[in-house]
Amino acid sequence: MSKKYDAIIIGGGHNGLINAAYLAKAGKKVLVLEKRYVLGGAAVSEEIHPGFTFSVCSYVVSLFRPHIIRELSLVKHGYDIIPMDASYQPLPDGDIGLCKWGDAAKTRREIARFSKKDSEVYGEFNKVMTHMAKLAKEVIDHPAPDVASINPKELSSLLRMGKVFKNLGSELLQMNTKLLTMSSADFLDLWFESEILKGPLAVSGIIGTFLGVRSPGTAYVLLHHYMGELDGAFRSWGFSKGGTGGVSNACADAARSFGAEIRTNVSVSNVKIVNGKAMGVILANGDEIDSKIVVSNLDPNRTYLKMIGEDNLSSDITKEIKRFKMRGSSGKVNFALNGVPNFCRKRKGLEYMKGDIAIVPNVDYAEKAYDQAKYGEFSERPFINIVVPSLIDPTLAPPGKHVMSCFVQYAPFYIKEGPEYWPKLSDKFGDAVQETIKEYVPDIDSLVEHRQVVTPWDMQQTFGLTEGNIFQGELTLEQLLFQRPISGYAKYKTPIRNLWMSGSGTHPGGGIMGSGGELSAKSILKEKAI
Amino acid sequence: MPIQTPFHPRTSEHNKALDWKDWAGYFAANSYNVVSDFEYYAFRHSAGLVDITPLFKYKITGKDAMMFLSRIIVKDISKLKLNQATYCCWCDDRGMVIDDGTVMRFGENEYFLTAADPSYSWFSRFIKKLDVHIEDITDSFCGLALQGPTSRDILKNMCDADLDSMKFFWTTDANSEGFKFKISRTGYTGDLGYELWVKNEDALNLFDAIWKAGQDYNIRMAGIAALDIARLEAGLIMNGVDYHGSLHALIPEQMSSPYELGLGWTVNLDRKPFMGQRALKKEKKNGSRWATVGIDINWPDLEKLYKKHGLPPHIQAGAWRHSVPIYHKQQKSKQIGYATSGTWSPILKKNIALATIEIDYAKSGTEVNFEVMVEHHRELVRAIVGKPQFFNPKRKRAIL
Repeated sequence: MSKKYDAIIIGGGHNGLINAAYLAKAGKKVLVLEKRYVLGGAAVSEEIHPGFTFSVCSYVVSLFRPHIIRELSLVKHGYDIIPMDASYQPLPDGDIGLCKWGDAAKTRREIARFSKKDSEVYGEFNKVMTHMAKLAKEVIDHPAPDVASINPKELSSLLRMGKVFKNLGSELLQMNTKLLTMSSADFLDLWFESEILKGPLAVSGIIGTFLGVRSPGTAYVLLHHYMGELDGAFRSWGFSKGGTGGVSNACADAARSFGAEIRTNVSVSNVKIVNGKAMGVILANGDEIDSKIVVSNLDPNRTYLKMIGEDNLSSDITKEIKRFKMRGSSGKVNFALNGVPNFCRKRKGLEYMKGDIAIVPNVDYAEKAYDQAKYGEFSERPFINIVVPSLIDPTLAPPGKHVMSCFVQYAPFYIKEGPEYWPKLSDKFGDAVQETIKEYVPDIDSLVEHRQVVTPWDMQQTFGLTEGNIFQGELTLEQLLFQRPISGYAKYKTPIRNLWMSGSGTHPGGGIMGSGGELSAKSILKEKAI
Repeated sequence: MPIQTPFHPRTSEHNKALDWKDWAGYFAANSYNVVSDFEYYAFRHSAGLVDITPLFKYKITGKDAMMFLSRIIVKDISKLKLNQATYCCWCDDRGMVIDDGTVMRFGENEYFLTAADPSYSWFSRFIKKLDVHIEDITDSFCGLALQGPTSRDILKNMCDADLDSMKFFWTTDANSEGFKFKISRTGYTGDLGYELWVKNEDALNLFDAIWKAGQDYNIRMAGIAALDIARLEAGLIMNGVDYHGSLHALIPEQMSSPYELGLGWTVNLDRKPFMGQRALKKEKKNGSRWATVGIDINWPDLEKLYKKHGLPPHIQAGAWRHSVPIYHKQQKSKQIGYATSGTWSPILKKNIALATIEIDYAKSGTEVNFEVMVEHHRELVRAIVGKPQFFNPKRKRAIL
């Protein structure tokens, strides 16, 4: 006989685990069900090749909310982030490229090699973006206000947000309007002239979206990058010790310490719905587990269309959720290497490689990569964001050996041949990435001990990310705030009573932030839903 | 002018920031890099190497050495086994702490003692007719601290010592290529770590062997600035910062007893007479006036104060060492103590401090008000009193 839980959380990704930890901390009886053998969802570490631990999907921790670390005592449970100092951009022509450092003077001299003007403007740009990010922070640490509601609480929450905007002053307000409407490439043209500086900055506006650096609206996503920089005084961009699974494991350990029960290898078929109310879950093996509420940590598509099912939804809602854009556009290629992949032998030491390495020599390069993707091909020369975390976390690989993680865009889910064809393209995709890297690291082939290719198809099939979208739905303006995932259900609720959501597909969205899990749990507790 | 330690030819090569400070008459690197955070992170994620030569070092030998040390130190040294080490402090006859340090037993009748202040003259007073010889080896022996999760792996790669079974606060002899040294599993970071002691002549050999072995383990040079952050997270007090040794104190208010410093656990009261015993027995019975505590300074409160000015929260990078007043929870003008040093804890994401506080307010969980300076204005934020130790990873004591 199944016992009664206060809450069942479907999906043991980091947000689900954080949700469980907060609910359990409040004294609730909580059960987390994870389909895979390992916890973490997309924030997962796996030993794919003997002795080498990969952050298989997400690979850096940027916006994880510091108050969650404090409130759940995550450090005691093993939460451990190693900050990144450098951000390097190699050039294929043998130049030493551009490296940006924590040391502002050093960065200024690096940029001045390409443009003296840019080297000075860079500081100014950072200052303005910090102001902007302050706004964004105001937004991410609270549930999104409902603009359609006249409930005084919603209005005051809107007012609070409005005030922050008002206090910006007219100059910054104009800047904000530009940020919300322009393309990231155009926005950067307002500031800089050197391509090498603009390339990687522009690209941060398109990560995880099926847009190009010249698509309007992408400037806003740039800001997401800078929110990390705001906490940057305290270095929130970093590697999780032992891979990003380390974050999930710490969250799981915290949840367990508060009494939550976590089961792996348990697949949920759908939510048990009786008279429009969630009563528990039905497992793939037919077993039922009852609970007072259910929290889905899955993406909006799977939550609505699989866990709830069209039969239990109005046609309007079904239509809206189907319009919610998933369309994954990226892949991952992870390498086990038998030595250091030196991206620039002309630079002394390896310090320049201890952060991220961006392969995007200029803005055109990024747009060309998008051109191919638009018509259903992966980019032959893609944008690649590379990290070699074993350089600063030696536990990830045997001594002297390294793991290299490559985030690759574009790899559109909908390729010409159809998404099911991806497994046949997987090797070719991996080759394209390796060939691109070879332009910078000529001896890369001899270094490779093992290569793992994660296509958008794999992300869907293995990790449950519909269409391989790494953010559980594009982080574009029309899919944010009170519209994430759909208008009217942006506060972690769903049309089904007692069924809540907590994943990246809810406000404030992707990255290893933990906000979805936290804000959802706090909303549940505030409403006394259990 | 300070002098150079035997490691200077190497440390100066690494000191890109040219940031030296005077540590007990030696040049010590404050930070090796302009952006020094990574030196701190090395302690927590890989291994940081610190030149700790400036510590005062004494070799105490003779058949009465054990009795002698037990007389001057508040801890009963007769319990110290061969190759064991212990953290301790020593007091004057008022029971006020003179200094704190580590005693290691290297032989049947051979002890090694480290101290923050010169202590030869104080110790010599008590030799009298005992068979004890004190040798000041401060200038002939030097030390390196290798601290952090990969420190054990690095040492295993460069010497023959059996480190897997070596426990926290034990020592061993070690041989590397052509030289010998001592390893103690001690340190000032609250993490897995070791301190290595070697004759000056072998200083560079030791340095080079460690540096080479550390290459695959992300070894980094670490300066005093980084060490300060780590020791505050670990709740380890510092002589001259968090308290004043009684021989330096100008007025009685500047002195502290072991109980007041949170070092009560190092005092073995009921045994043969030792310096300060009578006063300490009395204090134990009657209670202390002060306590040393950890302070968790409310971060959202600080964020709010900065927000009033339209600014993101800002605190100085790295640790600070100055006195900051602490006030009563309700009576905000009533001062009940003072913080002596503090830091933003990068790993805990907390703003923390060590403080001396009136005993009535020392209970963990007590709410107090903490003074902060925000855009040139003095303000108060809430803070919670707790134990000094904020961070204590399992690996610190773990054996393989």
